Amino acid sequence: MAAEHESPLEQFKIEPIGGEIHLFGYNVSFNNSALWMLIVIGVITAVMLLGMRKQAIVPGRGQALVEFLHDFIANMLKDNVGPEGKKYFPWVFSIFVFVLFSNLLGLLPHAFTVTSHIIVTFALALMVFITVTVIGFARHGLHFLSFFVPKGAPAWLLPLMIPIEVISYFIRPLSLSIRLFANMVAGHVMLFVLGSFVVPLGLAGLYVSGLIPLAAIVAIIGLEFLIACLQAYVFAILTCIYLNDAIHMHH
Amino acid sequence: MDAQAARYIGAGIAALALGGAGIGLGILFGNFMNGALRNPAASAKLFGNMMLTFALVEATGLIAFVVAMLILFV
Repeated sequence: MAAEHESPLEQFKIEPIGGEIHLFGYNVSFNNSALWMLIVIGVITAVMLLGMRKQAIVPGRGQALVEFLHDFIANMLKDNVGPEGKKYFPWVFSIFVFVLFSNLLGLLPHAFTVTSHIIVTFALALMVFITVTVIGFARHGLHFLSFFVPKGAPAWLLPLMIPIEVISYFIRPLSLSIRLFANMVAGHVMLFVLGSFVVPLGLAGLYVSGLIPLAAIVAIIGLEFLIACLQAYVFAILTCIYLNDAIHMHH
Repeated sequence: MDAQAARYIGAGIAALALGGAGIGLGILFGNFMNGALRNPAASAKLFGNMMLTFALVEATGLIAFVVAMLILFV
């Protein structure tokens, strides 16, 4: 039993492609994660360029997709940040599209999910965090520090409130990255575990009993497509909310 | 007790946190249905907020999943 008992985390293994490369004592091999990041970038570029190739008044399928993505993020920025947010559209759009396509392409069989590694999502979240903090200080100067002082709180509570506000501010990149990474890992592990039930259950009982986990997989993969889009949406909208905090401070 | 057995028990206990996420999702979807049925015109606006909150609530349950996986495999 032990031989075929493969770990469900096996699918997230990073393997070098075309030999290992060591540079200045670091392992900088080209691996499957980097390959899939390049594939994601390539697919995004292809979709965008094909969609914008000929600009018709009545959009075709490709153009409608690109216009939908554009309007979706533009409206999200307008609703959450306001007119000042328009300047940051390319940034939020890039984050959203990259996360969305990594999640969706990761659902292909034998694909590698780029966002299932915490180092990737944490790098993205840290980039959001640092950018937002820099924007806050650039717009408000040292006055931005008053963001950590809740308005209307009684003075004797401030020694307690300020540390809580500071901690909750610095925990943002962690919660942002763990949310995306855990969702992706949990979804793929769930699919793997259900998939490993199909053949043993079919062989153990009647042959039709293997259909039960198979039907569950069909349902779960639909849920996974929803989660893939939803997590990209959540990542983008939380970026907008953090941006709004930095630009407008106390709402 | 065998260390491996203790690991399995620990991973099972960590999975209990999913109960909390379940309660949270129940409250969330219940209240969404409540609001949407009382005022169907507002349900489209509520839906977006509900999806955002759904992801936030689900994430707490997933952190328990991460803990269980860390206990089992790391």
